[in-house]
Amino acid sequence: MFRRLFQWLDERLGLTTIHDVVLDRKVPKVNWWFTLGSASLFLFLLQGITGIFLTVYYVPSPDHAYDSVQYIMNEVRFGWLIRGIHHWGASLMVLVVFIHMLRTFFFAAYKYPRELTWLSGVVLLLATLGMGFTGYLLPWNQRSYWATTVGTEIAGTVPLVGPFILSVLRGGSELSAITLARFFAVHIWFLPALIAATIGLHLYLVIRLGISHIPDESD
Amino acid sequence: MSNSPKMTRRQFVTVIGAALSSFIGAVIGLPAIGYLLSPALEKQQGESWIPLGPLEKYPINQPTLFTFTRTKKHGWEKTVTSYGVFVLRTSETQVRVFSNVCTHLSCRVNWKPDVQEYICPCHDGHFAIDGSIISGPQPRPLDEYEIKIEDGNLFIFLKET
Ligand code: HEM
Ligand code: FES
Repeated sequence: MFRRLFQWLDERLGLTTIHDVVLDRKVPKVNWWFTLGSASLFLFLLQGITGIFLTVYYVPSPDHAYDSVQYIMNEVRFGWLIRGIHHWGASLMVLVVFIHMLRTFFFAAYKYPRELTWLSGVVLLLATLGMGFTGYLLPWNQRSYWATTVGTEIAGTVPLVGPFILSVLRGGSELSAITLARFFAVHIWFLPALIAATIGLHLYLVIRLGISHIPDESD
Repeated sequence: MSNSPKMTRRQFVTVIGAALSSFIGAVIGLPAIGYLLSPALEKQQGESWIPLGPLEKYPINQPTLFTFTRTKKHGWEKTVTSYGVFVLRTSETQVRVFSNVCTHLSCRVNWKPDVQEYICPCHDGHFAIDGSIISGPQPRPLDEYEIKIEDGNLFIFLKET
């Protein structure tokens, strides 16, 4: 019964082919450092899921942001868990993505023909940092407020265009409701969409080009 | 290792992988359900006697609308809910108080003195002066409040669910 259902689906969807190409592909002898890309992917999905759950109660407005976060932490069942995972997962993801980059760097995996894998990785790293920067403001507590004041101020020190960048980031000259709203939009729509699309490209390249082997004496 | 009688290495990894995934899925998935349902599981019951003022200010045999508001905490915000009740004084000392919430689908009924009926604007429900059904889709008469009179002042007992 299940076998026939599976065959019916497989014939149309090519499930076996997808499985063979994506999961059953040939890899050189690798070690634990090679799992960090998959770990990054897992963390991205985890952040996505817990983030979606947080938006059920979180309100991106200066009147309610702080209180809605307090509500999640103190009153919603398992709110502390969902926010906790998102909170710690954020730091862990930056860390893991960064170490993944170091491993591809030290194993010289960025060389021909994997330049584009590396470049898409750069986009992923910057976007991940952007997630951290925009997410930090959302609880709208003293720490997030001043961290964003300082962070946007630093962006404002760029020669010539600095003041313009500053007012684009803040949506005006000071931190305000507009800042919170645009940080929220960037945090939940723009960057995740960019990251998801870029992961698609990144993994396509990984699968198409295969994993590089650990450099040995012949390299 | 390769000629282990029961399980190949590959099967072992598959089983462990599936078990770990299910475990992670459950650890996150089950709390997530509680998280979503949380506000619906909160029991915010309040009971209180609401003062409607001196009984004598209400005319006899003429339903009079009395409105009041109650503030309730919903999550991070206080929500003000309005209530409307019809006070029907049937004699010097006797009074009945009806909710103006239609028993059909919760629109608010109005007292129409010319026809001496409460009429619901939503689906044309008609109620008599004592709250009983005259015509319309409503399943039961208007809800009535428990009352008490203290020193000539009228109170109704409000249960919030
Ligand atoms: C959200 C962030 C990222 C995700 C989800 C991700 C995912 C992956 C995965 C699953 C692999 C397969 C092999 C492995 O795990 O080592 C991989 C390979 C690779 N990644 Fe990433 N990655 C991310 C960020 C980065 C960054 C920041 C860089 C560098 C700037 C980078 C550069 C590479 C390169 C060059 C490879 C090819 C490795 C090889 O062929 O040996 N990635 N990535
Ligand atoms: S809600 Fe009153 S008649 Fe339908």
